[in-house]
Amino acid sequence: MARVDLWNPFQRTDEEVLRLAGTYGEVITMHEDTSSTALVTIPSHHAEASCASVLAVEDLTVSIGGRLLLQGVTFALQPGQLCGLIGENGAGKTTLLRSLIGVQPSPHGQVSISGLAPRKSRDLVGYVPQKINFAPDLPLRVYDLVQLGCDGHRLGPRWFSRRLHQQVQAALDAVGAQDFAYQRIGELSGGQQQRAVIAHALARRPRLLLLDEPLANLDFRSANELAGLLGHLTRVHGLAVLVTAHDMNPLLPVMDHIVYLAKGRAASGGVREVVQSATLSKLYGYPVAVIEYGGRVLVLPHADAQIGEDGCYLMPNGSASGGPA
Amino acid sequence: MLTWLAHILHWSFLDSGSVQTALLVGGSAAVVCSVIGVFTILRGYAFAGHALGDVSSAGGSASFFLGISPLVGFLGIAGIAAVSLEFLGVRRAREQDVATGIVLGAGIGLSALFLYLDTTTTSTTGAAVMVMFGSMFTFPVSLRGPAVLTAAVALAMMAILYRPLLLSMVDPELATTRGISTRWVGLLHLVTLAAAVALAALSVGAVLASALIIGPAGTAVRISRRPGLAIFLAVVLGLAAVWGGIWMAYESYYWFAGNAWPVSFFVVTIIFLSYLMSVPLQYALWRRIAKPVRMAANAGG
Repeated sequence: MARVDLWNPFQRTDEEVLRLAGTYGEVITMHEDTSSTALVTIPSHHAEASCASVLAVEDLTVSIGGRLLLQGVTFALQPGQLCGLIGENGAGKTTLLRSLIGVQPSPHGQVSISGLAPRKSRDLVGYVPQKINFAPDLPLRVYDLVQLGCDGHRLGPRWFSRRLHQQVQAALDAVGAQDFAYQRIGELSGGQQQRAVIAHALARRPRLLLLDEPLANLDFRSANELAGLLGHLTRVHGLAVLVTAHDMNPLLPVMDHIVYLAKGRAASGGVREVVQSATLSKLYGYPVAVIEYGGRVLVLPHADAQIGEDGCYLMPNGSASGGPA
Repeated sequence: MLTWLAHILHWSFLDSGSVQTALLVGGSAAVVCSVIGVFTILRGYAFAGHALGDVSSAGGSASFFLGISPLVGFLGIAGIAAVSLEFLGVRRAREQDVATGIVLGAGIGLSALFLYLDTTTTSTTGAAVMVMFGSMFTFPVSLRGPAVLTAAVALAMMAILYRPLLLSMVDPELATTRGISTRWVGLLHLVTLAAAVALAALSVGAVLASALIIGPAGTAVRISRRPGLAIFLAVVLGLAAVWGGIWMAYESYYWFAGNAWPVSFFVVTIIFLSYLMSVPLQYALWRRIAKPVRMAANAGG
């Protein structure tokens, strides 16, 4: 079966637009593991930890309460690379991020950020957690939040510092938050609040930015603008960005690498290779279609697909996709 | 004109030693409670603050029974209750109210026991009213030093914890990623809150202590956009309520033909009225601010 490259518009015909790129053989190798940790890997892009990497994760294993959440996770991230971290609910995405910032108790394996252990590299990492609920009457402006990003860990009162002010202004500029920098953060829209939290994370000029579901609860425009901002931060500022997202569509145009988690294992690859309906259907255990519309590739759930005799999903147009994991 | 005003206001009340002590101890309580109150409200610990006030009544009543300084009694029991709250799980939202309720019940039970012992085994009179509703004009001069020292230590602690506490309040996970131990910060905040509660219980009574902690801070938080401004406004409001209450109570002797009304009543009334006034003020500020914010949101997402 010929593999359709949805990322190359010149290779595609109209009929192929809705067709799933459903072969494993060329790039993706299926490993059936007897220990029930089935894993889809992409050997050709299996990233190795490198000295030049901003982030290098090697053989990371995390278990909580006797339950193995992550097993032998290995990948690396280079400067200027925007990497998506995907996987179904409970796959361990947040646990992986918590391990990278050094707050996950007792992980095994090696995590290195610019050559340093997570606990020693806090200044090199910016972290944007899942939705923060800012109360509307919280007496905190965006400017104050970004200031806390610079010196929130320090003890004692804060004295005025021109350097601190410039650092805050630079972070606000980087995310385009100057217009609402002096407003109460709780009165801003979801997109503006998310920009503010990213500015907070950027305040100490990190090399690695980790974002946990930054697009959740955002409308179309805000989500696309935020994705554009992340792309800008990687291209212009040379940041390495690792972002988790269930709805990856807004991020696809700016993402160049994907790490995906399934049943505790991780694999990584270029976006063109991973964003195939076969791979994604296998990963999520649910039929997923990859289509192109208006010059953009989109990932959609495909509830009409049925499971065929060979265990693959059969789409309404007759094509096959990855079967349930 | 000034002579007439001075006559009406009875400025001579500043000459009284008991008034001076009340102003000093009450003022210390107002400043500490207002500063700590802002963080207490923002961390969602208003009920815990109220409970600590009620629980501290056990310390106040015990001090009458044991013949020790009431400040030591209030401070000791409030401190033990604060540590208990932390270890019983006050940090977890669902368990917070349960843990607070359990500690509150145990503290009030202890308070009932000591008040019973006060009235049955000692010659103390009016202990219940003094513990529950305060009696600022009866403060001994010897209380000035310990009260001011307690307030100074509590304020120093808050100055040290200011930024980590603020970041923990915004999001505990965010604080943890910056290497802040949210557990230690939370514990120290509660212990400092216990000191504020002890001073407030001493001034306006254990039952009304929460009014001094939550009232001025709650009003300030409504109308401020910056944490530093909220703290400053809370201190101004707290001092105005306590000093205004002391003055009104002193003057009420002349207003009601020799029957001075309690200080606590006036303090709490001023706090309540200022909070009521903050509602339309907040609405007016919101209208002034919200319009450009909405326009920016529509323009920039």
